[in-house]
Amino acid sequence: MSASAASSAASLSTARFLRGLVVPLIALLAWELITHYKLANVHLLASPSAVLKNLTFQIEEGELFSQLLASLRRDLTGFLLGSFAGVLFGSALGLWRIADRLLGPSFDAAKQVAVFAWIPLISVWFGNAEPAKIVFIALAAFYPVVVNVHEGIRSVSREHVEVARAFRFSRLQTFKKLILPAALPSIFSGLHLALIYSWLGTLGAEYLLAPAPGIGNLMIEGRESLAMDKVLLGVILAGLVGFSLNSVATRAESYFLRWRVRNA
Amino acid sequence: MAQVDLAYKIATADAALDSIPTEPRASESRAIDYRNLLRPALGWLVPVLTLAVWSVAARREWVPPQILPAPGAVWQTLLEQVRSGDLFLNFGISLGRVAVGFALGCLIGVALGVAMGLSRRVEDYLAPTFNAISQVPVLGWLPLAMMVLGIGESLKFVIIAHASLVPVAINTLKGIRSVPRNYIEVAEAFQFKKSQLLRRVVFPATVPAIFVGLRYGLTQAWLSLVTVELLASSEGLGFMIVWGRQLFQLDLVLSAIIVVGVVGLLLDRGLARVEKRLLRWRPVWDMTGAGS
Repeated sequence: MSASAASSAASLSTARFLRGLVVPLIALLAWELITHYKLANVHLLASPSAVLKNLTFQIEEGELFSQLLASLRRDLTGFLLGSFAGVLFGSALGLWRIADRLLGPSFDAAKQVAVFAWIPLISVWFGNAEPAKIVFIALAAFYPVVVNVHEGIRSVSREHVEVARAFRFSRLQTFKKLILPAALPSIFSGLHLALIYSWLGTLGAEYLLAPAPGIGNLMIEGRESLAMDKVLLGVILAGLVGFSLNSVATRAESYFLRWRVRNA
Repeated sequence: MAQVDLAYKIATADAALDSIPTEPRASESRAIDYRNLLRPALGWLVPVLTLAVWSVAARREWVPPQILPAPGAVWQTLLEQVRSGDLFLNFGISLGRVAVGFALGCLIGVALGVAMGLSRRVEDYLAPTFNAISQVPVLGWLPLAMMVLGIGESLKFVIIAHASLVPVAINTLKGIRSVPRNYIEVAEAFQFKKSQLLRRVVFPATVPAIFVGLRYGLTQAWLSLVTVELLASSEGLGFMIVWGRQLFQLDLVLSAIIVVGVVGLLLDRGLARVEKRLLRWRPVWDMTGAGS
């Protein structure tokens, strides 16, 4: 009985999986047919098989790997710097009312500017090369971390603070036993967001600042030389990296927050 | 679904930021009055100090004006841009692009979200493709879109529409799925027809979630507009920034950045106000309760 239920559940999930494949397969087929019968400007539109060929070629050359590595290194350096600064700044805003009063409004105002608008200014102050890119990526990671750390610390409930006061917790104890655990989920959300934004920032920095190896650069180059297979490769890689960073963050989040009691 | 959950979390987190009460909490409001007077003044202290240091630095030429123009120069440029009408021209162009792109994105996003939310079958067909597409950051599509569409207006519309579509669709889907069970049970007890159930129960209960998506989508739309204009445009606010950078006129760059910030703020606050108006009939919407 349970076996048949399990097998029917399995066949249902297979059916759902197969349904999910329908749209991509149709799109792929249409794409291949269009390029095969030259229904569109083939010069521009590479066929799926050409993209695949280019992919294997680039992997064999090892060029792809080094481009990917360069982007990832940039991304992570910026992320680490930005989120470290963000945790510090956000904690200061959350823990000290006076810091919040002093700096909060300025931060809120600066946050309103779409982050990419800073790139031209950054390029004047930090040049066009690697340091400028890392500064920008760090800036992109900084905002969400500050916002979430601040919010997390402020979300500590009044009642809990009063209990801690009744037990005469020291400042350190209050921080370790009360504030940190309460703020942790929000801090992780901030870091998770920062990971996403820093990847977005990496691509943007590679587009807008001086060319250097990287996935964004691969795409820009491909566009300029009208090599769509290169561009598509870049799109796929950008997606894969985004997806991997995302899943790593989700895993880490649920691992570090596993002590949390699920409230129904 | 992990991706969908995350994006929802992001969207709600963003919206929740604005819902944090800024009013003093009950226990504080009894505090002495002069603190209430002092509070906004404290917030001005840092900008005023920054401005002071900045203008001294500019006057004494600690840094060359090509690196950091005087605040007065930035203000002058801003006024000049307003007077000559250049600012409004570029501003209007940028705003028009966001309006068209955002409207397109919302329309498609809500339609997709509703279709996937109401029918598991549609979700089975579309969700994997949708998730795959939304994994690639908006900027990741930009070079490809530039190749296919060129660098005309359609490029901007498509990129902005895409940027707003993803959060809108995800939140609509989430909202429909998290309509409280007891609402539906009550509707069943009253023997609502399917259309009644949708119109009277499901959609009203979904509106708050859709708005979370809309606000997040608008932020994303504005962000990607600026980026597209930086990269491929000959008009608009983003172009003003690039143009000023090329001429090494940082006063122009800074005044355009200020406008970008103010517009971003106004767009977000404007939509928040619309949201409040539309949701007046609701007693309180618990932002955290809708997600999990």
